[in-house]
Amino acid sequence: MRGDFIVRKRVNSLLFCTLLLVAMLLAIVVTEYDAVKGFTSVPKAAEWAASNFYPDEKSMKKLPEIFDKLTETLLVSIAATSLAAVAALVFAILGSRTTGIGGPFSVASRWTATVFRNIDVAAWSMILLFSFGQNVLTGYLALFFGSFGFLTRAFTETIDEMSMGSVEALRAAGAGYVSVVIHSVIPSCLPQLLSWILFTIETNIRQATLIGILTGTGIGFLFNLYYKSLNYASASLVVLAIVIAIMIIESVSNYVRRVIM
Amino acid sequence: MDAKLPAKPFNKSAFVIRMTLLSLAALTLVGFLTFDYKDLDLGEAVKKTGDTLGTMFLEPHAKHFTVGEAFQQVIITIGLAFLTTLFGAVIALFLALLTARNLSHPVVSLVIKGVVAFIRAVPTVLWVLIFAVAAGLGSVAAVIGMTFHSISYLVKAYSESFEELDDGVIEALRASGAGWWQIVFQAVLPSSVSYIISWTFVRFEINFAVAIAMGAAAGAGGIGYDMFMASNYYYDLREIGFITYVILGFAILLELLARGIKNKLRTNH
Repeated sequence: MRGDFIVRKRVNSLLFCTLLLVAMLLAIVVTEYDAVKGFTSVPKAAEWAASNFYPDEKSMKKLPEIFDKLTETLLVSIAATSLAAVAALVFAILGSRTTGIGGPFSVASRWTATVFRNIDVAAWSMILLFSFGQNVLTGYLALFFGSFGFLTRAFTETIDEMSMGSVEALRAAGAGYVSVVIHSVIPSCLPQLLSWILFTIETNIRQATLIGILTGTGIGFLFNLYYKSLNYASASLVVLAIVIAIMIIESVSNYVRRVIM
Repeated sequence: MDAKLPAKPFNKSAFVIRMTLLSLAALTLVGFLTFDYKDLDLGEAVKKTGDTLGTMFLEPHAKHFTVGEAFQQVIITIGLAFLTTLFGAVIALFLALLTARNLSHPVVSLVIKGVVAFIRAVPTVLWVLIFAVAAGLGSVAAVIGMTFHSISYLVKAYSESFEELDDGVIEALRASGAGWWQIVFQAVLPSSVSYIISWTFVRFEINFAVAIAMGAAAGAGGIGYDMFMASNYYYDLREIGFITYVILGFAILLELLARGIKNKLRTNH
């Protein structure tokens, strides 16, 4: 019996590994990925970075410009996240199993979120580029739509998982729907919700770089400009600035999370 | 009776929550006031977006490729996502074992955590573009760049789930003479396998989206590249609509699959 179990376990893991290996080979074929080149390009890239990819004195002159664009990108990410959070909270409360008003509205709210979440911010930015052009609002709206979809899912799950005790207590005492939401649901979920908001801000700053490259705005545009004109020293300064900004924001939000959770 | 109610005792967490919300609101306001809108006519732009979305989603068509080719391109995108997730997961698994505080030397753990935090802070697209200088634009740069970011993400996720393992289990195994590898294979991996699978799948979903974006921003091929061509070269809204539908369909499929796996894991434990 016992030997049987171990043999079966071994066969299962062997099968699983073979399956993964086959899938990997298939993926390598369809993507035309050159595995040898993949391995050799890592040291090559490191060598190139060590000799070209660091800020020099000349690039320091670009610092004010970089700082300007970085601030803009940070503010876009934060503004997009906080407004998206407000919209997502409304949708999550209406769509959640615990607090939802049920019926078709619940379903509609969940599906809206699913559609918004699964159209990637890169797609949003290309769509919005047609009507908004090379404008700060293009990136803003792309981030807003993406964050709205993501936060609605996260908020809905948070509200679903909260304990129902206080909601039931308030309902039993005769509280109406709005007061149950304001006095019980939001306060008890707030730390969790805030943690999701902070997480979204961190992701959005990285996403904003990508959107900037696609739409020609913010810090991503600046990186692309230097990168395409082979001004690698300035491009590396942009990367460094992004890293420092993200690390500062990460440590602030880690601190907030530690205190509130 | 008009004596003041005693003030609430100072509550640090409530204070921090309030301050965070206030500063987010303030920064949002500052953002809107300082953005350079370049004389954008908002009403006009919103109306135009409505028209764009209407044309996109109500009259989609495929002109520069057939439906079959579009599916082929999605398969390439999924292939990119799969390769990067697999490479990332295998490498991250080993690094996470060296990072988890309960399994590794504290100095080693700190060093890896620092390096990984740095890698994670650089956006994926920048990694891909940096590797593209050495390897050329294409699937090699995309796979390596995306793998880099996946590793950093998964090392954090895996090592945190390893650290949740009860210290008593490790101590008991160590006391009975088990070596490091035995502890890893008999206690650490079995107890965190469901976490590992669900985090890996989360990353797979992320990598699918990233692979689309890399096709558009770094010439990695796949459906993202077609989308970039349709929007930046052909200005063909209907084709963007078609591609968006294809991507949306596959993304929802992946999400359902992830939900199924999660539910199955939950019932197994």
